[in-house]
Amino acid sequence: MREFTDRALNLAEVEGATYADIRIVRREEQTITVKNGVVQELALDDTRGFGVRVIADGAWGFASSHRLSNEEVDRVTALAVTIAKASALAKTHDVDLGPPEAHQGTYRTPVEIDPFGVPLDDKVSLLLAADKEACAVEGIRLVESNLAFFRETKTFASSEGSFIEQEITESGLGIEATAVAEGEMQRRSYPNSVGRQQGTGGFEYIKTWDLPGNARRIAEEAVALLSAPQCPSDVTTIILDGPQLGLQIHESCGHPIELDRVFGTEAAFAGTSFLTPEKLGTLQYGSEHVHLVADSVTPTGLGTYGYDDEGVPARKTDIVRDGLFVGYLTSRETATKLRGIHPEAPERSNGTMRADGWNRIPIIRMPNVSLLPGTWTLDDLIADTDDGIYMLTNKSWSIDDKRLNFQFGTELAYEIKNGRLGRMLRNATYTGMTPAFWGGCDAICGADHWRVWGTPNCGKGQPGQVAHTGHGAAPARFRNVQVGLMA
Amino acid sequence: MGAPQGAASRKGAFNVQGEERLKTIADRVLRFATADQTEVLVEVEDGQLTRFAANEIHQNVSETNVTVRVRAVIDRQVGVAAGNDISEDGLRKVVDSAETVARFQQADPDFRSLPKPRPSRSANAYAEATAGCAPEVRARGVASILEPCRESGLEAAGVFSTGVQETMIVNSLGVNAYHARTVAHAMAVVMGEDSSGYAAETATNVDELDVEAVGSAAIEKAVRGRNPSEIAPGEYTVILEEDAVADMLFTLGYLGLGALAVQEGRSFLCNRFGERITGETITIWDDGLDPRGLVLPIDFEGMPKQRVMLIENGVARAAVYDSYTAGREPGKTNTGHALPSPNTFGPIPINLFLAPGDATKESMLADTKRGIWVTRFHYTNPVHPVKAILTGMTRDGTFLIENGEITRPLKNLRFTQGILEAFANADAIGSELKRVKFDWEALGSCAPAMRIDGFRFTGTTEF
Repeated sequence: MREFTDRALNLAEVEGATYADIRIVRREEQTITVKNGVVQELALDDTRGFGVRVIADGAWGFASSHRLSNEEVDRVTALAVTIAKASALAKTHDVDLGPPEAHQGTYRTPVEIDPFGVPLDDKVSLLLAADKEACAVEGIRLVESNLAFFRETKTFASSEGSFIEQEITESGLGIEATAVAEGEMQRRSYPNSVGRQQGTGGFEYIKTWDLPGNARRIAEEAVALLSAPQCPSDVTTIILDGPQLGLQIHESCGHPIELDRVFGTEAAFAGTSFLTPEKLGTLQYGSEHVHLVADSVTPTGLGTYGYDDEGVPARKTDIVRDGLFVGYLTSRETATKLRGIHPEAPERSNGTMRADGWNRIPIIRMPNVSLLPGTWTLDDLIADTDDGIYMLTNKSWSIDDKRLNFQFGTELAYEIKNGRLGRMLRNATYTGMTPAFWGGCDAICGADHWRVWGTPNCGKGQPGQVAHTGHGAAPARFRNVQVGLMA
Repeated sequence: MGAPQGAASRKGAFNVQGEERLKTIADRVLRFATADQTEVLVEVEDGQLTRFAANEIHQNVSETNVTVRVRAVIDRQVGVAAGNDISEDGLRKVVDSAETVARFQQADPDFRSLPKPRPSRSANAYAEATAGCAPEVRARGVASILEPCRESGLEAAGVFSTGVQETMIVNSLGVNAYHARTVAHAMAVVMGEDSSGYAAETATNVDELDVEAVGSAAIEKAVRGRNPSEIAPGEYTVILEEDAVADMLFTLGYLGLGALAVQEGRSFLCNRFGERITGETITIWDDGLDPRGLVLPIDFEGMPKQRVMLIENGVARAAVYDSYTAGREPGKTNTGHALPSPNTFGPIPINLFLAPGDATKESMLADTKRGIWVTRFHYTNPVHPVKAILTGMTRDGTFLIENGEITRPLKNLRFTQGILEAFANADAIGSELKRVKFDWEALGSCAPAMRIDGFRFTGTTEF
């Protein structure tokens, strides 16, 4: 592999690049989907290729190809330099990556049971068992369950001297049960919605979630929701469960702390951020109970890796401390730019640049952005709430392009009256503005309730890239929230 | 069908593979196959994208990829595998993988067969100028947006992309379909201190794009949007520009206009065929051959796309089908709307049209006593799929209309609104259709502007 990477890096220099890196990536994916007792999808994908990123004439260029040959690496490298020189026609300044990053290393996701080595029969049997439990519930129209396994093997080398090899393995699972009535459809999911729960690890990760043991429960809940009353419109207290809170963190904290968004480089698509640089260290983002961290080291986190795609080692960064906004997700280029505004800001990137495969450039992506646990038990938290709504599992999401105004819907909700769970409610939604919402957080459940929830479908960039991100969360309570807005 | 003229002779120059070469790859796969039925989908992507922000090019990328996807059928057991290694060994491995997983499958009682060949119409959607567009051409186009922004103290962000997509589908029953198309796209978001404006164009031929005009339109909106004020949420008359209508149209398509959504009871069409489900002025169809859209004459099973009337004068008429959904519902025929296999989502219309009316945006404005002008939406998502209720934000140009004129810019608003209900309240529809390309796929809708009464805004934001 070194012969291949050296060839690209040497040629880039000859062509006029002042910096170059190359990633050679192989991706293996296996997905199995069972729908109403029938295996509807059983697919194996295996793709590979390489991408060359260069700076020439002070500007970026990138080219990629699926053909791993000397002839093609020569063509692609030269093309990357040509593209960079074209970029320079419209530059306002030269790219500054800050201090060099030269690392030699390897990283491999800890895996006890190779998920690609588990017999297909065992995987299909697991899904069919869960499917059978859910389908047995009267009133259920549709049951869909899936397993997904992902392995990315990549080699990174740079003209600064890095040579890094990594193997990231992920395993995911999920089941959804749908009940339908005239003009109404209700769906319940486990362990998470929008397909599945996913984490880094092997098949042992699948075994930590009892899919068949939860299938009947969610199916019964879906049927019950059909006749449940509509969530009322009110300003009240809400408690969010872990999966919903994970997405709330993702949308209202994870995205606005991406420093490329802050500097406008995602403005045309995903948008910018309300967390502009002057707010660093001064904005009270949330209540004193709110402590948020970004890391790429938490076991099983979907954003856990050894090095990012600029070759920067994994680390942990404080984002919100005692409610105060104190940190961004950075790249080498944006970290350098931030220091021009905040000289006290860290000199080096905190290692969050990731690319969606060999044919995409790295951009800032959330690793694991998590809300640290508090001390409550869920039972005590509900008992401590006189009047409110407990909302579980995300159903819909939307947020403005600076990440302030959001609206979420959840699959399931319960009234809370006098410290006890009451009626089930359907079509629950809540809406708010990010700092006010987090300012209303007055209680967070403890470590026993805390898990890293996975978001394997985070979209960003043009051309589009999908990232896998993690969000640690335990149920938490928020005061004075508008709920129940639906036409 | 649809092959670029002389593709073989250009092979290498623009990375266009051409029908002959892709057919050779697909036939090699079929020769390795031992399943009862085998389908080979070869997709080629040769794309370039120049992205700009903060008045400079910050990302400039190129991609060349060939993906081979094999669907193997063994006694109604279906397995799929894909790879991008097109060497002899690589292709053999993809076939082996597909057949291995097929053997592990259970029989799907609803699976009838891979489709048989059908006559198809060719459609030219290929332009050499787009296929051969050099990085310098895109950089100069971007510069034509950036320079006036720098001079005006504004900041521009956006993309200028060009690319070739080739699709070849063969199967062991004789299907043999090929299409090559080029797509060129320019989009700009121009930002002032407290405002932003948006414009975009998409074309088959990059020479037909007026990139400078895209920048000018976005600049005009950004300048006009300075110093926005708040307005209380509530029900307002709105004039939705074409991009906003296209967003709602695309959402309708994937929520409920596909056959599997109907068969599974998750569509707003369920039990309502023949009934009026929205306004009489609303007619929606899908047509992959209409050059006003992004032409795609075949689906991902190699079937010719049919023009399907989905909603006619407000009445629910039909959904779109692929071979699987047509096979499990008596009396239905495949309309040529399959997505790449495997997918559990079913067929969806990806070339949607909403019929134009006879109004202009100017006449709609002149006839509006009080309302809100919406340039486009942001981050829309369904709140209630069966009722087609959508939420999202306005973005990049929201204005107050008073007495037939735009009087002041507004801070952005959140809407939560049933799409069919909104379309039912449309009292004016634009006479011109705009081709709108979506970001995530090469999906295109053609939509007019629309004036709607009683559009429900449920929140505001700070900008």
